[in-house]
Amino acid sequence: MSALAIEIPYWGQSLLRVLGGLVAVLLPAGTIVYVFLFKMMSFMQSRLGPMEAGPYGSLQLVAEVGKWLQKEDIVPTNADRRIFRMAPIVVLVSTFLLVAVVPFGPDAWFTDFETGIFYALAVSSVSVLGILMAGWASANKYSLLGGLRAAGQLIAYELPMVLAVVGVVIQAGTMNLQQIVVAQNSGSIFGFDGLGNPYVLTQFVGFLVFMVAMQAELSQAPFDMPIAESELVSGYMTEYSGFRFLIFFIGEFATAGVFAMIASTLFLGGWGLPFAWFGWDSVDSVANWMNVAGPVIVVTKMMAVTFLVMWVRFSSPRLREDQLQRFAWKVLIPLSLANIMVTAVFKVVA
Amino acid sequence: MAIVPGLVKGLGVTLSTLVRTVTKGSNTVQYPHEKEAPPVRARGVIALHQDNCTSCMLCSRSCPDWCIYIEAHKELAPPRREGGKPRQVNKLDRFDIDYALCMYCGICVEVCPFDALFWSPEYEYSEPRISDLLHDKTKLSEWMETVPEAPALEAGAEKKK
Repeated sequence: MSALAIEIPYWGQSLLRVLGGLVAVLLPAGTIVYVFLFKMMSFMQSRLGPMEAGPYGSLQLVAEVGKWLQKEDIVPTNADRRIFRMAPIVVLVSTFLLVAVVPFGPDAWFTDFETGIFYALAVSSVSVLGILMAGWASANKYSLLGGLRAAGQLIAYELPMVLAVVGVVIQAGTMNLQQIVVAQNSGSIFGFDGLGNPYVLTQFVGFLVFMVAMQAELSQAPFDMPIAESELVSGYMTEYSGFRFLIFFIGEFATAGVFAMIASTLFLGGWGLPFAWFGWDSVDSVANWMNVAGPVIVVTKMMAVTFLVMWVRFSSPRLREDQLQRFAWKVLIPLSLANIMVTAVFKVVA
Repeated sequence: MAIVPGLVKGLGVTLSTLVRTVTKGSNTVQYPHEKEAPPVRARGVIALHQDNCTSCMLCSRSCPDWCIYIEAHKELAPPRREGGKPRQVNKLDRFDIDYALCMYCGICVEVCPFDALFWSPEYEYSEPRISDLLHDKTKLSEWMETVPEAPALEAGAEKKK
């Protein structure tokens, strides 16, 4: 907030950050649901999707939210009431905590953590707790199975995700997401700096592993066994209705958006343009207008990454539970370990 | 790793469908605004030709859902030939089909020995209240107007006497 000429008191800054966090979580979530879930999926199935509410059905989500808010908030008789009610909120809160470390511009960040990516990966695991709570407290066999599957899956895929990020961290030499963005955009490839050095080029294996692990973390098909509507009746969400289901729903797509933002920050250069274009040499010399352009760039990259996630989701059938675990432990983890080793060798030699 | 080409192929199918839908339009129509004509022999609704019905109850008894209700009384009709006895005929009091129960199997149409029931392709008769889906004999007779002409017999087919 140092770029602003006016001095904002601490409470004002906090308020702005909370509002900014709400916008940064809810706006991408809504956009993703409309653009990908409603429209892209329909087009991929040769239909038009919602067309009635607003032009081209753009207000469909508003209508859906209105419908959910009207519904009765049902808690099953045998459910553990307090935990049942808390669970969706735990899931959503982890998303809000996650967006706190994503940088949107040279000065447009919520918090400038030194260990930003470490924090992000740690906080993203909190949602597992919410899902386990939901599965257990529902007192329903399907929910319990779904919750256990989710826990097993998220823990299994947390590992390759962390290991994929380690490659980036080694190459950038920092865990601060802001510094990772700067390192990518001020870098060069064999002396050519017109592109910067987005890590998707050097860390392609890491990017691949990260994307697959992200798909599983978000439990999107082909890794949607925890939800598995055809066998587990939506798993841990079976007993939820109305407002609390809405929170799970927002949480799912908001997390997709925030994870996509983190992926684009780590691998695609984040908010930055290659610094060589404008002759910037460090983050302090970056022009102020990047604080406005940055969020637009991040959201554009987020949409591109989300497109990949959703494209795979709408094209793939569900894997079996043992295939899922085998893939994580026998393919992804060795692959990302090899990636770390190669990266480390190059880091030391080069 | 043999599954990788399959995955890529799947991605290709969805992407080409996406491009085709955006450029050439979808395979579906926006129903209330535009309608597709159903095939001539579509099973939309069952029409009743009252004059042919002898209230033999075959349709009602063969209905798997028991959704046809028939009540009738006997009446005397003038004799066919001069000097004969008056004939006894069954007069329909009630012929209802409950479309809330009907599963459109068409057994009643098949089983009717006197050609009193016909399929009509008309399908737009949904109702806000479920009780309104019980069509009485007046309404069932009105559907007769929508029954298409029977298709011409194939060359060499055995003609019904």
